[in-house]
Amino acid sequence: MESLLEFFSFSDHNVQSVVIGSIWLTASCAIVGTFSFLKKRTLVGDAVAHSVLPGVCLAFILSGSKNPLYLIPGAFLTGWLSLVLIDKIVAHSKIKEDTAIGLILSVFFGLGILALTYIQHTDYANQSGLDHFLFGKAASIVREDLLIFSVIAIILMISVILYFKEFMLISFDEEFAQSIGVPVRRIELLLTTLTVLAVVIGIQAVGVVLMAAMLITPAAAARFWTNDLKILMLLAALFGAFSGISGAYVSYTAPAMPTGPWIVVILSTIAILSFLFAPTKGTLFRLLKQVKIKRKIKDENTLKTMFYMGEELSSFYHPMEVEEMISKRKMQKSSLEKSLLRLKKEGYLEKEKTGWVLTKAGKEKGQRIVKLHRLWEVYLTKYLNIAPDHVHDDAENIEHVITPELEERLEKLLNYPETDPHQSKIPY
Amino acid sequence: MNAFLIILTGSLVAITCGLLGCFLILRKMAMIGDAISHSVLPGIVIAYLVAGSRDSTLMLIAAAITGVFTTFIIEFLNKHGRLQSDASIGVTFTWLFAIGVILISAYAGQVDLDQDCVLYGEIAYVPLDSWITGSGINLGPRALYIIGFVLLLVIFFIVIGYKELFLTTFDPAFASAIGISVTLWHYLLMTMVSITTVASFELVGAILVIAFLIAPAATAYLLTDKFKTMLFLTVIIGVITSFSGYYLAEWINGSISGAMSVISGLLFALAFLFSPKEGIVVKRVKYGFKTN
Repeated sequence: MESLLEFFSFSDHNVQSVVIGSIWLTASCAIVGTFSFLKKRTLVGDAVAHSVLPGVCLAFILSGSKNPLYLIPGAFLTGWLSLVLIDKIVAHSKIKEDTAIGLILSVFFGLGILALTYIQHTDYANQSGLDHFLFGKAASIVREDLLIFSVIAIILMISVILYFKEFMLISFDEEFAQSIGVPVRRIELLLTTLTVLAVVIGIQAVGVVLMAAMLITPAAAARFWTNDLKILMLLAALFGAFSGISGAYVSYTAPAMPTGPWIVVILSTIAILSFLFAPTKGTLFRLLKQVKIKRKIKDENTLKTMFYMGEELSSFYHPMEVEEMISKRKMQKSSLEKSLLRLKKEGYLEKEKTGWVLTKAGKEKGQRIVKLHRLWEVYLTKYLNIAPDHVHDDAENIEHVITPELEERLEKLLNYPETDPHQSKIPY
Repeated sequence: MNAFLIILTGSLVAITCGLLGCFLILRKMAMIGDAISHSVLPGIVIAYLVAGSRDSTLMLIAAAITGVFTTFIIEFLNKHGRLQSDASIGVTFTWLFAIGVILISAYAGQVDLDQDCVLYGEIAYVPLDSWITGSGINLGPRALYIIGFVLLLVIFFIVIGYKELFLTTFDPAFASAIGISVTLWHYLLMTMVSITTVASFELVGAILVIAFLIAPAATAYLLTDKFKTMLFLTVIIGVITSFSGYYLAEWINGSISGAMSVISGLLFALAFLFSPKEGIVVKRVKYGFKTN
């Protein structure tokens, strides 16, 4: 707790740089990553991240300095080259995109490792720290770095704001964008450049290996919460920034801990929680909804069965036994009993000594389902020319879905027919 | 002698990975191979912690489990979470890999793995870690036995399941129509990829495993249209890669596995430019300069 206070009081100037730096890095990566997410090209970002390594090492070998002013252009160059090569390989051979990505990623990374070990084995002064590019070291961001990161992050954000509409268009519908006169190739080029830039500064925080997460995971998590692109980007940036701060905090309290992996684990946790619990799009929510719908269909089928039995007996308010219902319609006993209890609670049924009895509301509901079933059978035979012995299964599904508005239109269209194709009377 | 042992081990890794890689790239699953090679890390670390040592059998089992688990999560996110497939892969492997790296840092004292080794392995140390029997006879490098065993396993798997693998790769619909379980063979293949990854892991590291999985197979793919020929070419390319990679590393005094993956990339570039059928230079010469 004490360290938390100390951390957030920013009394330590280094902490200030680290926090601001991490926020810049993670948030700008998240924003740019949103577009590669929408374009379904996130793994290309992974390839760029790995391909940055040889550029960094070569820049170091050539300049002999670790100043980001030299390393960033080097990183940018090989990052860019990797993208061009992936596109060329896909365009000019039978190699598929995923193979091209994996190939370029690992070969460039291998080249980077070769150069890195070469540097380590040779007497370069001040070479230690280059390997921070592997796993990132947000905790070692100092003032001078901060300036450069901030400039790049601001360039990224301003470009995204200025070209928001164009980026959105090419992410969702490239052909449409072309047709309304957006210079697709140039915008694409700009977006690619921004992605490479984001990767180049992002690896300072999490390292090349986990860079992909910075681009993908915030957008993937945010996608579960909203359909609005602006909110999506904002949320992605927030998720990114939050994990950036948390990662910086972890490496502040436990310097032996690698920052990058912590940022990624925190990000992933947010994504998993969103994936499970987000309203309407979360898995849990959807599962619950499915269960509800299944129950509704079961209950409606129960009422329908009882209505059929009532038709045969010509009395709808006659007590009916569970076994009889099962012999009429194949159902599992336990699930039928649960359904009966639910219907009783909702006031559609009552239990008497000799069996279950429909209430008036229950009879009407059952009747409506039967009516919809038979109307649909009429509709299929009359308008789609389907043989009468083929319409039952379809009606069995649609009867639960038809809304009152559709019901009315169906009745009017068919002009209130008396019987269905099987000569059963349609109850109104 | 050391050079021979390293080249031999490298070749075995390249062959094992390459054979499976042929299936992966044809199934458009190269990036799933990439994901598995990253995400077996937490499995390895946990196996270490449980066994307290480098127990190879336990590690292979742990890797197989994590690998299948990874594939399962990716599919789960994709189908049930409705997350697009590239993002499912990206989220899953970075998450598991990050957990693995954190575990390594947290138990640094107990786990004899370091972060760099995870990334680019230590094939140079292969000759130093020999398998010595109770009576003191030196049987040669331990790693050689492990990767040799896995190679035999992979060859056995491909020979036994050749028809099934072939059909599920090229025509999954037909395969399931004649009663071959596409899902079963998918998961079996993923299990083999996981086991191979973990056996190669200490030698060439997480990311360079991908170079061995993809590059030789992709190169062979450009050289032939016949699947069996592709498998054989992959083996040959793997051996060439290992051999020249070793001497490249020797020459510039750098990481051996890094050099091997650079060579595999160069070989691919050669095939891409000059392959008799597919090479872009050859195509230009044949069909003139106008076509792509």
